[in-house]
Amino acid sequence: MREIKVLGSGCAKCNNTAERIEAKASELGVEARVTKETSPEALMQYGVMSTPAVVVDGQLVHSGSMPEPGQIQEWLQ
Amino acid sequence: MLEIFARLATLVVHDLIGLEAGTGLGDAAHFFVEDTLKILFLLAVLIYLIALVRASLNVERVRAFLAGKAQILGYLLGSTFGAVTPFCSCSSVPLFIGFASARIPVGVTMAFLITSPMINEVAVVLLWGLLGWELTLIYIAVGFLVGMLGGAFLDAIRAERYLQPFLAQAYQQGSAAAAGGGEAQRLTLRQRHDFARKEVGEIFGRVWKWVLIGVALGAALHGFVPDGWIEENLGAGHWWQVPAAVLVGIPLYTNITGVVPVMESLILKGLPIGTTLAFCMSTVAASFPEFVLLKQVMLWRLLAILFALLLVAFTLSGWLLNLVEPWLTTGAGAGG
Repeated sequence: MREIKVLGSGCAKCNNTAERIEAKASELGVEARVTKETSPEALMQYGVMSTPAVVVDGQLVHSGSMPEPGQIQEWLQ
Repeated sequence: MLEIFARLATLVVHDLIGLEAGTGLGDAAHFFVEDTLKILFLLAVLIYLIALVRASLNVERVRAFLAGKAQILGYLLGSTFGAVTPFCSCSSVPLFIGFASARIPVGVTMAFLITSPMINEVAVVLLWGLLGWELTLIYIAVGFLVGMLGGAFLDAIRAERYLQPFLAQAYQQGSAAAAGGGEAQRLTLRQRHDFARKEVGEIFGRVWKWVLIGVALGAALHGFVPDGWIEENLGAGHWWQVPAAVLVGIPLYTNITGVVPVMESLILKGLPIGTTLAFCMSTVAASFPEFVLLKQVMLWRLLAILFALLLVAFTLSGWLLNLVEPWLTTGAGAGG
């Protein structure tokens, strides 16, 4: 079970990112819980300066853009 | 080179559709077609070229560069980076947090945040193309000055006291002071091209509607407000008009790409340059949505100070420009 957080202050790209990850997870049949974190404290905790950012199992793996499908697949496997 | 768009508009509006020049509708349609084509063309070409160059610049590098710089230089650099970095108000919060936790003074961050929406390559080229080089230089100078002096003022009153508590604490501790991420990436031409193509798509997707709204407003002003009306009713000589224009402008929000055609039209109709610039800069630099976002990192007090600061800064700039306007060589229709 992957624990995935999408960080960002509620912009359209952040929502799209979360949707992309959810879609990819169900496509691959991987169990994943995707949550959106909009609080500024969360951004600070992970040292994120450009959003959307993605945290997988507590590890910051991406920031600053919507991730490519290939990247998402890597995180899920 | 850009005259081609005027000719194209003449061809489409007057020759093909048959709207007559000199009528309100004909002039408005001409303005709309010409400016829309010109702006969208300039945007696509410029965003691509500049993105090629800028591909390896990111906020982490800017932060590493700004951290630990002496203050006077800090304000100048903050404004400069604000001008060259693309910016969308939805990234102001993470940026603010990132800068503050690297102990970059609040004033330097604000110099960045104030200048960023006002000045960027797109704004410069649009202003140049539509309004001429002299107004472009004035616009840039005012944008830089407001950002730098505003930043210096905020530090002088120790604005860091009015950050939200979690951030004030991070600022004190400098938790990210040693944060890395300052290395330049080596990019191949291919990667730069991919980045630039993505940028064009992304920025285009974000600003095209502002362009249409702005040009439509500009066109309506151009075609339907009688010549001389603005000059008579809103001309120079009423001191309160500049602050009134700024007060109206601050809560309104538009993108710089949308505001330039409105500026063009207002100036052509005889609104004083200072009043026009003050109004347009205040719509671009600040807005309610942005204040709501900044509330996440600032206390009300600091937001109120920021509002007052922008009001005063744009009003002073507007008055000053209205005073010196008689000595400017380009005025109405410089680029038209």
